[in-house]
Amino acid sequence: MSSRDVILNRVRRALSGTPAVEESVDRTYLVEHGSRSTEETVDLLAENLADYRAIVHRADADGLAQLLRRLLSERGARSVLVPPGLDASWLETAGDLARVADRAELTPQELDAVDSVVTGCAVAIAETGTIVLDGSPDQGRRRITLVPDHHICVVRVPGQVVSSVPQALRRLDPGRPLTWISGPSATSDIELDRVEGVHGPRTLEVVLLSEGGSARLA
Amino acid sequence: MSGTFVGMPAFPEAARDAVRDTTLRGNLRHATHTIRAKRAKAVAELEDWARLREAGRQIKDRTLRRLDHYLVQLEEAVTAAGGTVHWAADADEANRIVAGLVRATGEREVVKVKSMATQEIGLNEALAAEGIAAYETDLAELIVQLGDDRPSHILVPAIHRNRGEIRDIFARTMSEWGRPAPDGLTDTPAELAEAARLHLREKFLRAKVGISGANFMVAETGTLVVVESEGNGRMCLTLPETLISVVGIEKLVPTWRDLEVFLQTLPRSSTAERMNPYTSMWTGTRDGLTGEGDGPRAFHLVLLDNGRSDTLADEVGRQALRCIRCSACLNVCPVYERAGGHAYGSVYPGPIGAILSPQLRGTASEIDASLPYASSLCGACYDVCPVAIDIPEVLVHLRERVVQGGPVTRRGAKVTLRPAKGHAAERAAMRAAAFAFTRPGTLAAGQRLAARTRRFHPRRLPGPGRAWSDSRELPKVPAEPFRDWWLRTRGGKDAEK
Repeated sequence: MSSRDVILNRVRRALSGTPAVEESVDRTYLVEHGSRSTEETVDLLAENLADYRAIVHRADADGLAQLLRRLLSERGARSVLVPPGLDASWLETAGDLARVADRAELTPQELDAVDSVVTGCAVAIAETGTIVLDGSPDQGRRRITLVPDHHICVVRVPGQVVSSVPQALRRLDPGRPLTWISGPSATSDIELDRVEGVHGPRTLEVVLLSEGGSARLA
Repeated sequence: MSGTFVGMPAFPEAARDAVRDTTLRGNLRHATHTIRAKRAKAVAELEDWARLREAGRQIKDRTLRRLDHYLVQLEEAVTAAGGTVHWAADADEANRIVAGLVRATGEREVVKVKSMATQEIGLNEALAAEGIAAYETDLAELIVQLGDDRPSHILVPAIHRNRGEIRDIFARTMSEWGRPAPDGLTDTPAELAEAARLHLREKFLRAKVGISGANFMVAETGTLVVVESEGNGRMCLTLPETLISVVGIEKLVPTWRDLEVFLQTLPRSSTAERMNPYTSMWTGTRDGLTGEGDGPRAFHLVLLDNGRSDTLADEVGRQALRCIRCSACLNVCPVYERAGGHAYGSVYPGPIGAILSPQLRGTASEIDASLPYASSLCGACYDVCPVAIDIPEVLVHLRERVVQGGPVTRRGAKVTLRPAKGHAAERAAMRAAAFAFTRPGTLAAGQRLAARTRRFHPRRLPGPGRAWSDSRELPKVPAEPFRDWWLRTRGGKDAEK
C-alpha cells in the first residue's frame, strides 16, 4: 500500500465515528472596518503604509515622471530594473540611469547589482497598509522586487485601493504568484521587537498616483 | 542544529534549571510582556474579532471533518499546476523523500525558510547525515543554528537569547559557516539584522534548492501561502530552481476565500502587526503574466502525517489540529514565561505544545506523559487563541488518559494504553473519593471525624502528596460539617441556639 493510501485510510478511520455533515461557516464578520469616503480610505492607506516605515508620496499623471526621477536621483541610483509592461513615460525623464529589463535569464547576482526597481501593483489594502503584486507586466517577476535594495511602487488611487483583506482577495487571481508587501522587510526576532531592514528591500517608497475623478472604489 | 530533544527528562525536572536561570527568566519576561500588550492593541482594532475567531474555528473544523476529501482535492490542484505531491506517513519517510529530491538535483546545500514541520521531523540532521548542508535563513533560526542550540518558541525560536548573547554568537561562529560578522559588531538589533543580511546574501544568491513549510494550503486552487517578515522566505521561494515544501496535512483550508479570515487573525496574533511585511502565495509552478521563469521550475509538496491522523482520531484532542502556529498562547502563558521553551522537550513548546506533542508522539515517554501537567489551567491560552482551541479542556482530557489509560490510536492502529505508573496514589485517592461520595453515611462519618481531629492535621501532606503541598495551602477543615450545622440550626434560623 502506498503512503498516500496509508494516510488517507488513517484519516478516514479517524473520522469514521464523526457524522459527515458539512459544518457551515458563519461569515458575519465585517467586510470592512469602519465607514470612510474614498478619499479617507486613500488617506488611511497612506497612514498605515507610513506606520510600517514605507515612504509615501503623492503625484498626478503630469508630475509622476518628475517625482520618480527625483526619488531615484536622491537615492543615488545608477541602475533601475524595469518590468516589461511599465508605462514607458514614467521613466522617460530619468536621464542617464541604466535601465535593466526584467528577463528570465537574469541571474540573482546580476539582480543584486541593480540599485532600484520601479513597479506598479495589483491592489493596495488601506486597513493594513499592504500592496499586492501579481506578476502582471507592470510588476514583473517576483524576484525583481526582492533583490534590489530600493523598491518604488506606484499605486493608482483610488482605482487600485480597497479597504480590507476580504475585498483584496476577491480582486486577486490565485493562479498567479502573489506577493503581499507591508512596509520594508523587518524582523521581530530579537527580543520580540520590530526592526526594519533584513533581506528584502530596506527602502520601500509608495507613490499614490491620482487618476482623476472617474474611478470608484470597489 | 545538533541539540536534540531525545531522552528529555520530565517537565518538572527540565524546568527546574530554567526557573533558576535569572538571565533566561529576564529575557523571557521582557519578550513576552512586550508582545502581550502589542497583541492586545492589534486585536482591539478589529471590532469583529470574536466573529473572525469563530469563523476560523469553523473553517478548520470543517476542513478536519472532511480532511481526506480536501487532501485529494489539493493533490489534484497542485498536480494540475505543475507541482509534484509526495505523501509521508512519518518523519523518516519525509526525510527520505526530501533527501532523495535534493540528491536528484546534484546539489549539496539547501536554503531553508523557517518551518515547524521540518523542525519536527529533524530534517536538518537527516540531510547532514546524507552530506547535504541545510542553511537556516530566518534570523532566529540562524541564531539557533549558529549557537548549536535548540528552538524555544514557535515564532521566535531564539527568544531565550538577548541581544548581547546574539552578538556573541554571531561574532564567534559566523566565520565557520560563511561570511564572518563585521568587525566591531555591537548589540543593537539593527546592526545584528544587518550582519545576518550580509552573512546570508551569498547563500541566497547561489542557492539552487529551497526548502519551506507553509502556513496554509488552499484545497480548491492548490495555492500555498507562506507568511513571513524578513524576506528570507521570498528569497528561498523565488530564487532557487527547485522548491520543496514540507507541510502537515492539517494546514489545509478548503477555499481561497477562507484566507480572508486567517490573513486577518494570524499576523495580529503572532507579531501583533496589522499585516506582516511579506506574504507569498504560489500555485504549482505557474508564472505571472510577465513571462516564464518567475520562481522555481520544479515544485515538490511533501504532505506530512507523523501523528496527525492519530490526533484526528481523538474527538476531544483533535481540536489541537486547528492550530495555525501563531504562538499567542506561549506569550501569555505564566508557565512558559517562567520555564522557557526547552523544558517542553519538543519543537512545540508552551500550552499548544503541551497538548500537541503528547498527541503527535504518544504519552509513552516521561516528557510526553508529564506535558499535560505543565499548566496551571488558568485558561489565558484559550482566551487568546485565534482558532478557539480549548487548551485547558484538552490538557484535562490528556491527564485523564495518562492516569487512567484507555483506547488511543497510534500509527493508525487502535491500542489500549495502560494507566501510568507514577499516578497510583492519585488513582487511590480518587477511588476513595468516589467510594465516599456515593455513600452519604460514610461521607458524613468521614466529615465528622475530620472536623473533630482538625487540631492534629498536618500542614503538609506526607509521602507522595508532599510535593503537591509544597506550593499549596491545604484547605482548613471547619469545626462542624455544613450538613450538621444545617440540621442543628435549621439553616441558620435558630442560629442563636
